[in-house]
Amino acid sequence: MDQPLWVPIFQTLVVFVYFLLVTAVLIWAERRVVARMQHRVGPNRVGPFGALQTLVDGAKMFFKEDPTPGMVNNPVYTIAPLVGVIAGFLSIAVIPLGFDVTLFGETFPLVVADLNVGVLWILAMGSIHVYSVFLAGWSSNSPYPLLGGIRSSAQMVSYEIAQGLAVASVVVYAGSLRISDIIAGQQTSTLIEGMPGWYAIPLFPAFLVFVIGMVAEAGRPPFDLAEAEGELVGGFHTEYSGMRFGMFMLAEFMNVVTMSAIVVTLFLGGPNGPTFGLPDAIAWVLPILWFSLKMIGFIFFFILLRGALPRYRYDRLMSLGWKVLIPIALVWVLVTAGFVLLAEEGIATTVRLVLAGAAGLLVLALLVTAGPARLAGASDRPKRAPIPTPAPDRAPASRHVERDREEVAP
Amino acid sequence: MSFYQQYGIVAIVAVFGALLYAVIMLVNRIMRPTIPSPLKLSVYECGVESEGVGWSQMNIRYYVFAFLFVIFDVEAVFIFPWAVIVGDLDATTRISPVFALVAMFLFIGTLLEGLAYAWKKGVLTWE
Repeated sequence: MDQPLWVPIFQTLVVFVYFLLVTAVLIWAERRVVARMQHRVGPNRVGPFGALQTLVDGAKMFFKEDPTPGMVNNPVYTIAPLVGVIAGFLSIAVIPLGFDVTLFGETFPLVVADLNVGVLWILAMGSIHVYSVFLAGWSSNSPYPLLGGIRSSAQMVSYEIAQGLAVASVVVYAGSLRISDIIAGQQTSTLIEGMPGWYAIPLFPAFLVFVIGMVAEAGRPPFDLAEAEGELVGGFHTEYSGMRFGMFMLAEFMNVVTMSAIVVTLFLGGPNGPTFGLPDAIAWVLPILWFSLKMIGFIFFFILLRGALPRYRYDRLMSLGWKVLIPIALVWVLVTAGFVLLAEEGIATTVRLVLAGAAGLLVLALLVTAGPARLAGASDRPKRAPIPTPAPDRAPASRHVERDREEVAP
Repeated sequence: MSFYQQYGIVAIVAVFGALLYAVIMLVNRIMRPTIPSPLKLSVYECGVESEGVGWSQMNIRYYVFAFLFVIFDVEAVFIFPWAVIVGDLDATTRISPVFALVAMFLFIGTLLEGLAYAWKKGVLTWE
């Protein structure tokens, strides 16, 4: 190893402390902003503007009793939150906060590990997060958490496909799975001189699909229906209490931060930005600043969504994922590949731009003619025999008259 | 950095996460009160007396969606390697760009047809 041991440890610690701090600030900011949107004051007692509220809430969790209900499948019940937290930690490991930093005579990048399969790594960790949700719901051995877990995981896997395909267009455009290559590819634009080469511009449909997908993936409003706290008690983590519940909360909020960081990295150039010709000694701060600003913008977007939009209905959510986002993402992979390959055939950029624009308009036209109501599944209803109430997810209670009371008693 | 160094760091991060979780749970165990009661061992669900068994029946549709997910996820496995190399193809490579493009068009077209079939059969409609 050509670097002293403290360098990787320092790198790792910096990235983690950064993301944990952002998560803490997110929880506070969410409560303040949503309160302001609802004409409330929000937390304002602990620290300036209530900024220490998150810390106090976290400390409060330590003093809460954590009983394990009698009916749960215990090893799985305890492991589920751990899986969620570790998946959250591992997915931020490949995201760079900035470019190379020189400190105490050592130069290193501000990323835990720049894996050569970085993009796949992010998607894989998203999949592992689904395990945490599903195992938590299943191991609770209680009807509502089970249904909440299944709904959440069905939602997450459906949007994961759309997201994965949106990322595939990025990979086609960048020609690499390594995150640092993708960021380097966005430094300057190849299409328009002097503009930032953010992939959000040429891959706009994929960008849209990814942004919608990440809201659903993080289980945030308006797609938080599996754990709608105003209507249900809380989805897959209903039976959890105390610190294990707190771990689910931590994983969920970290997911918001991670998703914001990923979309900034893949589509908005990550730490790229103007350096204003500053000397190198100071210039390394600027990429971190740009990255943070873009990421905070997306976090703010998450919070605004929560304050502004009503909750989606489950059937519409699934229809949106399967009937709109997946086809768009699939088609855009092909359009991107065509765009990249026609360059190899020696066709001028303007012709390629016109062709890509035409493809984009075609997708848009298809969407408009298909109609939002139809795509949302509304017009599919009357075709079938009218059902007065939606079929219940649960089996009727009469079928299971015997309840395992012996198991419940201590 | 070498392959093993990178994944070694990732493994350390995983261990670090597990340790953090263990420490938090340990501190919690020391500080929290423990007042057992038979009620705390029962199903909470929604606060009212729970009905039915814990692992109750669920809508068959989730199974269909799980199936569709597997199909499309396997497809993604095929798309990613193609996506990485497709930009490097030109007239000098053994496979021409047009061939790669047409092949993927056929592949994705078949899948889209499958999706359209599921759509038409009403599998994607929730009721």
